Amino acid sequence: MRRLYWILAGSFAAVLAAASSDVAAQEKIIQVTAEKFKFTPAVIELKLGEPVVLELTTLDRKHGFQVSDLNIDESIEPGKVTRVRISPAKAGTFLFHCDVFCGSGHEEMAGEIVVKP
Amino acid sequence: MNDLKGRRDFIKLLGFGGVVFASGLPGCANVLRKSGRQEDDFFFVQLSDTHWGFKGPPNPEAANTLRQAVQAVNALPRQPDFIVFTGDLTHTTDDEAERNKRMREFKAIVADLKTPVRRYMPGEHDASLDQGKAFQEHFGATHYSFDHRGIHFAVIDNVSDPQAAIGDAQIDWLLSDLKPLPPDAPIVVFTHRPLFDLAPQWDWATKDGSKAIDLLQHWKNVTVFYGHIHQEHHFRTGAIAHHAAQSLIFPLPAPLSQPKRAPVPWDPAHPRRGLGYREISVGESRLVLTLKEDSLEGTGAVKPAAASGTY
Repeated sequence: MRRLYWILAGSFAAVLAAASSDVAAQEKIIQVTAEKFKFTPAVIELKLGEPVVLELTTLDRKHGFQVSDLNIDESIEPGKVTRVRISPAKAGTFLFHCDVFCGSGHEEMAGEIVVKP
Repeated sequence: MNDLKGRRDFIKLLGFGGVVFASGLPGCANVLRKSGRQEDDFFFVQLSDTHWGFKGPPNPEAANTLRQAVQAVNALPRQPDFIVFTGDLTHTTDDEAERNKRMREFKAIVADLKTPVRRYMPGEHDASLDQGKAFQEHFGATHYSFDHRGIHFAVIDNVSDPQAAIGDAQIDWLLSDLKPLPPDAPIVVFTHRPLFDLAPQWDWATKDGSKAIDLLQHWKNVTVFYGHIHQEHHFRTGAIAHHAAQSLIFPLPAPLSQPKRAPVPWDPAHPRRGLGYREISVGESRLVLTLKEDSLEGTGAVKPAAASGTY
């Protein structure tokens, strides 16, 4: 059972919930990989008002993906795809980081979501 | 003057509440104690984030810093009742054997402290990769409580869970530990991460820290001392005061003051700037805490910063 999660955060109408198949066709998918101690890409550029689905995978061990300003807090488990739907309703830069301690260099495992008008 | 600021700053907490700034010098808590007309006050020292085993440009002198801190504390005019280490005693490593080696080396170095009573708790660098296993083998429990001269001290572990949660079981323990205390009991909490959302964007928070804060708010005189953020910081949530300590490895920038939480670059002209420890004096009433921030800057190989200035 594939799942989507709807998240509401401030002026962001971001959503995560169940059944991704009906939205996948119309929404842009961005692949994001996590590994010690980086995300690729580290800068995720979005356009205001254009929903996307981030597909998060890990290349080594369990990591986290937290965007506190958007109320996003997900785990990235080995062998699984974590999908996060974001509908950016506000321009700006939003920091994300790994929130599962993963070793020396964990503090540098971070990036940013840039929402352009 | 800026050079001296760190070792002169001094905060007095009245009723674990109001804050009064004064200034002081290393050991002045001792001076106050001797001249303060209070027979039953005492003080303890907080050391934090020593990161033994760290190597890197943010502190090329890392192999010496912990020993310098030990020497500085030993050089205080009077010795504290006890010394508490608020986490990240060692720098993390994936190698289990190396992790144990660092913990053994840390213990050997701090064994030189004159003060025999030392309290430990883990930081995420000590405990998050093995859920506290090595820490417990070397230092004992990761959460516990004790009483000392009229104050109840509780140690909260918010790092053995690699996702920075305290967990419901420990919250239940905390409730059962504090429940017998009257509402006005003086309580001091030690923990590694901030219990409040200081800067979640930089991982400067505890996932379920609000549960601990909600619980602690049932008591009127609660003060929290923590580490993790490698700088002095003071904050209040309701009646609870939260005080972060400087580190003994490298300073970090002020919360969200720059895009990344990268260490403050090492300055060869001031190699120990931003590094230090804290003296906490407890007044006779047990409701007055005086915080004194001591800097390692200016310390030589053996002695603490030369005393000058007023307080």
